[in-house]
Amino acid sequence: MRRPRPPLGLEIAAARGVAALSRRVGAGGGTTIPGKLLAQLDRDAIDRLAAGLTEGTALVSATNGKTTTAAMTAEILRPGHRLAHNAAGANLVSGVASALLAARDAELGLFEVDEGALPELMRRLQPRAVCLGNLFRDQLDRYGELELVAERWRAAVDGLPRQAQLVYNADDPQLAAVSEGHPGGVAFGLDDARVARPALQHAADSKYCVRCGTPYHYAAAYVGHLGDYRCPRGHHARPPLEVAARDIALHGLERAAFLLDTPEGSRRIELRLPGLYNVYNAVAAAALARALGTGLDEIGAGLERFSAAFGRFERVAVGDKGILLLLIKNPAGANEVIRTLVDGDPPSLLVVALNDEIADGRDVSWIWDVDFEPLLPGLGRLIASGGRAAELGLRFRYGGLDEDAIELVPDLENALDRGLELTPTGGELVLLPTYTAMLGLQRILSARRLARPYWERSG
Amino acid sequence: MTAIRVGHLYPDYLNIYADRGNIAVLSRRADWRGHELEVTALGLEDVVVPGEHDLYYVGGGQDREQVLVAEDLVRKAGQLHEAVAGGAAVLAVCGGYQLLGRSYRGFHGEDMPGIGLLPLETVAGERRMIGDVLIECELEPGEKRTLAGFENHAGRTRLDPGAEPLGRVLAGFGNDGESGFEGCRAGRVIGTYLHGPLLPRNAWLADWLLAQALGHRTGGEPLELEPLPDGLEGRAHEVSSGRARARGGRFD
Repeated sequence: MRRPRPPLGLEIAAARGVAALSRRVGAGGGTTIPGKLLAQLDRDAIDRLAAGLTEGTALVSATNGKTTTAAMTAEILRPGHRLAHNAAGANLVSGVASALLAARDAELGLFEVDEGALPELMRRLQPRAVCLGNLFRDQLDRYGELELVAERWRAAVDGLPRQAQLVYNADDPQLAAVSEGHPGGVAFGLDDARVARPALQHAADSKYCVRCGTPYHYAAAYVGHLGDYRCPRGHHARPPLEVAARDIALHGLERAAFLLDTPEGSRRIELRLPGLYNVYNAVAAAALARALGTGLDEIGAGLERFSAAFGRFERVAVGDKGILLLLIKNPAGANEVIRTLVDGDPPSLLVVALNDEIADGRDVSWIWDVDFEPLLPGLGRLIASGGRAAELGLRFRYGGLDEDAIELVPDLENALDRGLELTPTGGELVLLPTYTAMLGLQRILSARRLARPYWERSG
Repeated sequence: MTAIRVGHLYPDYLNIYADRGNIAVLSRRADWRGHELEVTALGLEDVVVPGEHDLYYVGGGQDREQVLVAEDLVRKAGQLHEAVAGGAAVLAVCGGYQLLGRSYRGFHGEDMPGIGLLPLETVAGERRMIGDVLIECELEPGEKRTLAGFENHAGRTRLDPGAEPLGRVLAGFGNDGESGFEGCRAGRVIGTYLHGPLLPRNAWLADWLLAQALGHRTGGEPLELEPLPDGLEGRAHEVSSGRARARGGRFD
């Protein structure tokens, strides 16, 4: 067995140098390359860098909302802790290593982690707390089937040290089952039937009892298969919630509010973000921050300071017009974005950009599982963009949109300009890009000096 | 106007690769020609009555869902064979395709019975075959057409000697990554690994299926359908074919 040794100063200096170089040549933010280099120089470096954090590490993983949940938690914790945090969303092992390298004097590591990378990072970082947000079908070409991810998480949770804190979304039947392997886990979720969906959505995934396969009965279904479920044959039901959001008020595209209920007491939270999915992110961040020893007042103040995580929900002024960027990447997430749009003032003009790079998922079939239909009644024009613009056009055409209302503009910059051209003065153009299309739009906006490059933001 | 009756098998369980996109395409394309598509869900314990449906659709599912429906499907096997013998058409995609063969041995060694509508067997392999795929078909003699899609399957499907594949692989893995065949066709029964979903970007196959279903409905030969402009469909097919040629799966 090799003896542990501190990482060589030379290796770390080299890796940090690469980060600076990457930014200088405009190749990107240096958010993953330094970590990759460090791993090549020394495979165990990340373990030892993490071991240097006096307050340990906390990990956040989920199919949807991990970037926002981690960023909200960072906002809550930042006044009291020096953080190492991968705010730019580089969430594989290399991204975590890069964040560790960049934060020289950090005390606490707070990392959002890719679903596939979670088991390895749990093993290597021995986290003090883990937050499991949700599991939805997402990029089957990349992650494999949902059950497979859940099985790997289950094994990782079983290997978690007893003293580690496990915070999990009890509204997700898979996660409730996964978390049974770790006694004392903290269950969080929503408790307000008024904001529930009338029925399970088409894209609902884990809708059969994890023990017997019978369809769950839902007292309330909130987002996809997340909700208050119980097996009619009595084999499985949502565990009691320790941290809950109640009395939820959704205000269209502007904001949301809820009563945060914890064993320490309750507090009204006014979020500056819209949508039920952001209430989930907030209650997850609250539960995780509590597990790390933060009090209710600090949690409330942090959540209310928080504006948005990179690219998830972004408003940019372009002269006398505005742009609203909302990331879509899988059916459950996109459905929530659409619900939020429809609850507000539904747009009559929409730019949707579908790419099929590895980070988007090469299989674009997921767009057919998204419920775009609620947008159609008010939609006068769709600008379909990205590498798979035609496929997206087909999705809307077979959803019922007139073919004359569909304009194919595969090039992102042309699509943005065409959208702005059609937007009246004082109006706001809504863009729904997939992940790499969002990065592309950010690059265009930053080249036009309308937005800062993502690596310069604190999150 | 003729109502085309579709029996959609297990829509609650087998729907993983956007199978509802295939149904939407059949429905709109029937409607644009003045026909109505009546889709009936056929779930666990629902009874299949031969002659009541002109076209059956079976989608894809994860292993867990596939096990849940496999036994039930066997109970429907007799009726489905009778329906097909009476001229009903079938489209089965991915998991549904596997269950139309004689048997499927899953990744964890679980044996699932099939219903033997197609002369083939499937065994799950170690590596999943994932990627864009392009095949060439000749469903009608002398009419060569291509199908572009996406495949993601662990199953290796072997056709019996003499069985007719749906097509020849131009790019991608196909049934097993070796034979150069993709899917299987027996009369009006089509099974394939291609999703994406399959029909929006391969509108000609949707029309072929509708023509077969109309033939069954009217008790005669497949009906000619009036052509549609299909500009978007053509663009999507072209992009998807290009992806398969550029990055379709192959074993190294």
